[in-house]
Amino acid sequence: MSYLFNTPDEQREMLETIGVDSIETLFDQVPESLQLKRPLDIPPKLSELELEQLVRELASRNVGPSDRPCFLGGGVYDHFIPSAVDAIAGRSEYYTAYTPYQAEASQGSLQTFFEYQTLICQLTGMDVSNASLYEGGTAVSEAVFMAMRCTKRHGRIVLLGSVHPEYRQVVETYLGRMDCELVVVPTPGGTVAPAAVEEAIDDKTACVVIQHPNFYGCLEEVEQISAMAHTCGALSIVSFDPISLGILKRPGDLGADIAVGEGQSLGTPMQYGGPFLGILACKQKYVRQMPGRLIGQTTDRNGERCFVLNLQAREQHIRREKATSNICTNQGLIAIRATVFMSLLGPAGMRQVAELSCSKAHYAAQKLTAQDGIELAFEQPFFKEFTLQCRDGAETVIQRAKAAGFDIGPALRRVSNSESEDRLLVAVTECRSREEIDALAKAIATPTGDAIGDATGRESADSQQAAAACESSVGAPHDPTLRSARSSAQETT
Amino acid sequence: MRNEQATQPLFDLSVPGRCGAEYPESDCPEFSSTACIPAEFLSDTPLPLPEVNEPDVIRHFTNLSTLNMSVDTHFYPLGSCTMKYNPKRHERLASVPGLVDLHPWQSEESLQGMLQIQFEMQQMLGEIAGLPAVSLQPAAGAQGELAALLVASAYFKDKGENRTKVIFPNSAHGTNPASAALAGFDCIQLGAGKNGFVDLEELKKHLDDQTAVFMITNPNTLGLFEPEIHKISKLLHDVGGLVYIDGANMNAILGITRPGDFGGDMMHYNVHKTFTGPHGAGGPGAGPIAVRDFLADYLPGPIVALDEESGQYKLQTPAKSIGRVRSFFGNVGILLRGYFYLRTLGGDGLKELSEHAVLNANYLKEKLKHILPVPNGERCMHEFVASAQHLQKELGISAMDIAKRLLDYGFHAPTVYFPLVVPEAIMVEPTETESKATLDAFAETIEKIIAEDPELLHTAPHSTPVSRPNDVQAARNPILCWSPACD
Amino acid sequence: MDLASLKYAKSHEWVAVDGDIATIGITDFAVKALTDLVYVDLPAVGDQLSVGDNCGEVESVKAVSDLYAPVSGEIVEVNEKISDNLDLLSDDAFGAGWILKIRMGSPSDLDNLLDRAAYEQNCQNEDH
Repeated sequence: MSYLFNTPDEQREMLETIGVDSIETLFDQVPESLQLKRPLDIPPKLSELELEQLVRELASRNVGPSDRPCFLGGGVYDHFIPSAVDAIAGRSEYYTAYTPYQAEASQGSLQTFFEYQTLICQLTGMDVSNASLYEGGTAVSEAVFMAMRCTKRHGRIVLLGSVHPEYRQVVETYLGRMDCELVVVPTPGGTVAPAAVEEAIDDKTACVVIQHPNFYGCLEEVEQISAMAHTCGALSIVSFDPISLGILKRPGDLGADIAVGEGQSLGTPMQYGGPFLGILACKQKYVRQMPGRLIGQTTDRNGERCFVLNLQAREQHIRREKATSNICTNQGLIAIRATVFMSLLGPAGMRQVAELSCSKAHYAAQKLTAQDGIELAFEQPFFKEFTLQCRDGAETVIQRAKAAGFDIGPALRRVSNSESEDRLLVAVTECRSREEIDALAKAIATPTGDAIGDATGRESADSQQAAAACESSVGAPHDPTLRSARSSAQETT
Repeated sequence: MRNEQATQPLFDLSVPGRCGAEYPESDCPEFSSTACIPAEFLSDTPLPLPEVNEPDVIRHFTNLSTLNMSVDTHFYPLGSCTMKYNPKRHERLASVPGLVDLHPWQSEESLQGMLQIQFEMQQMLGEIAGLPAVSLQPAAGAQGELAALLVASAYFKDKGENRTKVIFPNSAHGTNPASAALAGFDCIQLGAGKNGFVDLEELKKHLDDQTAVFMITNPNTLGLFEPEIHKISKLLHDVGGLVYIDGANMNAILGITRPGDFGGDMMHYNVHKTFTGPHGAGGPGAGPIAVRDFLADYLPGPIVALDEESGQYKLQTPAKSIGRVRSFFGNVGILLRGYFYLRTLGGDGLKELSEHAVLNANYLKEKLKHILPVPNGERCMHEFVASAQHLQKELGISAMDIAKRLLDYGFHAPTVYFPLVVPEAIMVEPTETESKATLDAFAETIEKIIAEDPELLHTAPHSTPVSRPNDVQAARNPILCWSPACD
Repeated sequence: MDLASLKYAKSHEWVAVDGDIATIGITDFAVKALTDLVYVDLPAVGDQLSVGDNCGEVESVKAVSDLYAPVSGEIVEVNEKISDNLDLLSDDAFGAGWILKIRMGSPSDLDNLLDRAAYEQNCQNEDH
C-alpha cells in the first residue's frame, strides 16, 4: 500500500509509450556503480490498522497534560484551543495547498494570510507583519539580521540576559561566522537595570533585544530601554507573549521597531516543541528589509480586489545570496490557526484569556510561596509565569509535584547552565483551576520531618506570617511598603 | 455559487459586541490584573481586533478555503514541490493525546514513546541518505542548508582551515546562495554546463584550499541525475572540500541510490515534500539533515540517543555542536507524519514509490514533448522541465499563459520560469500518487490550450475568482494590512 | 539628450559629464530588460564611492538590478523624484530619470567606459 495507482496493465502501457521495457531501464540514468543493490534497512510496511495500534501504543508511553495538569512554561504554554481552530485548519483545501504562487488558485490562503498580517498588526500595534517565520527563536534571529540591514551597523547586538536562553542560543548560532559582538546584559534581579543597557549600547550597536514578559516571567521597562536604543541610533526588538497583549501594553505602544514572538499560544498545540509560529512585525519604514513572505492587496484584470505575494524581490528565489533571509517554506498552517484563534477571541476573548491566566498565576504565586522554603526568586511584576526560589532545590520540588500528579518547571538549570539550581518556572494558564493550584501547593511543601535547619521547628507561626505578607506582596507587588513587608517576613523564616 | 458576503474582509464582518469565544469566570477573582500588575504596564484600551462570532468565523474561512486549489481537490504538478497525496491517517495519528499535547520541558522519562519515534526517525533518515548522523532540528529545508553549512564551517575551523567559498550551479534553488550568504560564505555560481549538467572543467577552476562546500541538488532542478556526481564529489574531496546534497528531489531516488553513496557529505530532507508533510498552504515543513560520521559532533542539537544499558531514550547535544538553530526539538508534528509514512511504506514501499514517481514523470513527458519540448535529457527522473520558447516565438504564448489557462481546466499550474537556465520554463512534477487517467487528461488539456486563440490565453484564467492580479500596483504601493481605506 | 555624448558601463549605467560632476542613470536597455519598475533604492548624499561600488538598486516585480558606480567620487545629489514617480525612470531614462550625481575623484575613470557604439554592441551580445 503506497498510495499508487498504476496497475500492471497500465504500467505496461505507460512503458510502451515511453519506449522502454521496464521501470528499471528508466533508472539507467543513475550510474550502475552508484545504485543501491540491497533493500533499504527500514522496517517492513504496516497496514493502517497496524500503524494505528503501534502509534497509540507509543503514545501511551508518554505522560502528557491529559494525565498530569501542566504548569510548565519556559516558552510553550498549555492554553485552550477552541474547536473551530481545528475545524478550519483541518480543511484540506488549506493544508494540502502550497505556497500561493498562483494567486488565482490561492485566494483562500492569500486572503487568510493578509488577515493574519492585519490581526498581528492590531495585536502588536505595529504597521506591517510578515506571513510567518519558523518559531520564536528564529524570529528573534531574523529580527537581529533585519536590524543590521536597517541600521547598516554590524558591530554589536545587545541582548538582555532575561531573553529566553534558547532564543539567545539561536542568535549565537546564526551569528556563527559573522564578525559581530553579542553583548548579553545580565539580569540578576529578574529584569534588567536600564542603566546597564545604556552602558552596553554603543554607536556600532544595531539593536537591543528585549523579551517582555521575559524568560523569568517578569515585566521589563520596555519603553525606557527602547528610548535608549533610539538615542544611539539602534533599533528596539521586543519579543512578546501574544496572550499577554490581552491586558499589557503592546510592543508598538512601547517604542518597538520590530516586534517578534512565539505564536504557539494562539491556538497551536504544544506537540513537543513544534511546529510553532514565528511572528515578526515592524514599522512601515523597514518593510523592504523584512524577511519572509508578505501578502499584499491589489486589484485584478477586472478591477476586483484580490491578494498576491508581494515584494517578492526581497526573497531568496529572486535575490538569491542578497535576499533578506533564506526562508522559503514558512509556517502557513500555523498562521491560519492563529488567524482563526484571534478572530474567535476578538478583543473581549483576548482580554479574558489574559485576565484569567494573570489572576490564576498570581493566586498560584501566593499559594506556592506560602510553603516553607519556597519563595519568589524575583520581586518583580509578572504576567502568567513566575520564578520560584526553592530551598530544597528545583529538581526536588519538581519531583514532589510530579509525585502528586503535576508537571511544573522547567528548572532554570535545565535551560541554561549559568542558572541557579534552586530556581524553576511555573506557568499558569486559563486551563488550570484553583483546586489544582491548591493541590500543587500542598504537594511541593517540604514533607514533615524532612525540612532542614532550624526552619523545622518554627513551621506554623512564621510561615503563616510569611503567607500573609506574600498575599499582599503578590497581590500588589508595585506597592513598595508591601514589598518591604515581604522581605522582612523572609528574614524571619 | 460563491458566497461573497462571507468572504469579504474579516474586518468588515465585525460588529461591536460579538465574540466567538467564551471563558468561565475566574476562580481567583481576588487577583485582577489591575490589582496584580502596576498600571504603567497595562493597556488602557481594548485590542482593535475584529468582533465576530463562531458561525461568522467558520463561514468566512470555510468559504475562503474553497477559493484554493489543493492536492485533495486538484492535480497539482508544481515542479520541485512534490505535491503528493497526504494520507489522512497521518492527520489523525499526529493528533492523538500523548503526542500532540506533550510539553517540551517534560522529563525525558515521561517522553519515552516520543523519543523512541524520533530516534527511529533519525535512524531511518540516516539509512535512506547513506549518511548515518542525523539532526531533526531544522524547521525546513532552507534551515537545514544553513545548519549544514554551519556544521561545515565548524568542522573546517576545528581543522584550522579558513575556507570561504560555497559553490553551486546556476540551476540551484535560491535558498542555496541565500543560506550560504547567511552562513557567512562567499557565493560562487557556476555557469550553465552542457545539457544542464555541472561543467567539471568550470568547477575545477574554483576548487582550491579556499573551497568549503559544493551545493548540488541531485537529481538536479532539471529533473536529471548528474551522471558525473561521483567525479564531482571526488574533485571536492581532493581539495578538502565537502559536498552538500539539496534533498528537494529525494522523491526520485528512495532506495535506488543514496546521497552518501554518490559522494555527498551532508544533505537535508524536505519532510513535507518527500514524506508528505503536508504543505500547509506554505508550511510548516521539516528539514532534518544527515551527515557523515566525522561531522556528527557538530550537528545542531538536541538529538535522541539510546542508552543501551537502561534501554532509555535521552536527549543529547553533540560534543562540538554548532548550537541550536531554533528553540525546542524540531517541527515534531511534521516529523511524526514523516515517521508514519516511512512505517506505512517500509523499505520496499519507498523504492516502489520512487519508481512510480519516475514512471509517471517520464510518461507525462513523453505525452507532452511533441508540443512542449524538453531541452535537456532524453529521460527524466521524477520531474521534467519543458520550454515554451518556440510557442512564445511562433504564437506569442508564454509559459505563464499556459499556466494560467490550465487553472480554467481545473489543473494547478506547474512551476514556471524556474530553473532560470531554461527559457520559458515549465517544470512538471506529477508525483507517484496520480493516475494514468489524470496524466492523460492533463496532456490532452495542454494540447487543447495550445490550439486555442492566444488572446484567450493572455487574459486567462477566466473561471477563477480573480484573474491576473496587478503585481506592479501591489509592489509600487504595498497594502500589507487592512484598513478601512482598503474597501 | 545626445546618447552619443554619453559614456556607458557594461553594467548598464550611463554617465554624463559636466566639469567634475558626473550624472548617472541606467540605460533604456536596462529599463526594458527589467520591465515594470516598482522601487528604487537610492544611496545617501555624501557617500564616497570607488568604481564598481554598489550604489543603489532598481527593482521590478520579478527582478532586482544593482547599480554600480561607473566612476569614483562623492555623491553630491540623488534624484528623490524618481522614488515617488518611477515613470520618470521608465519613460525618460536619460533625462528626468537620472539617479545620482557624483563629484568625480578621478576623471580618468571615464577612460574605462564604453561609447554608445561599443555599448550597443555589448547589449546585442548579451541578448543572445
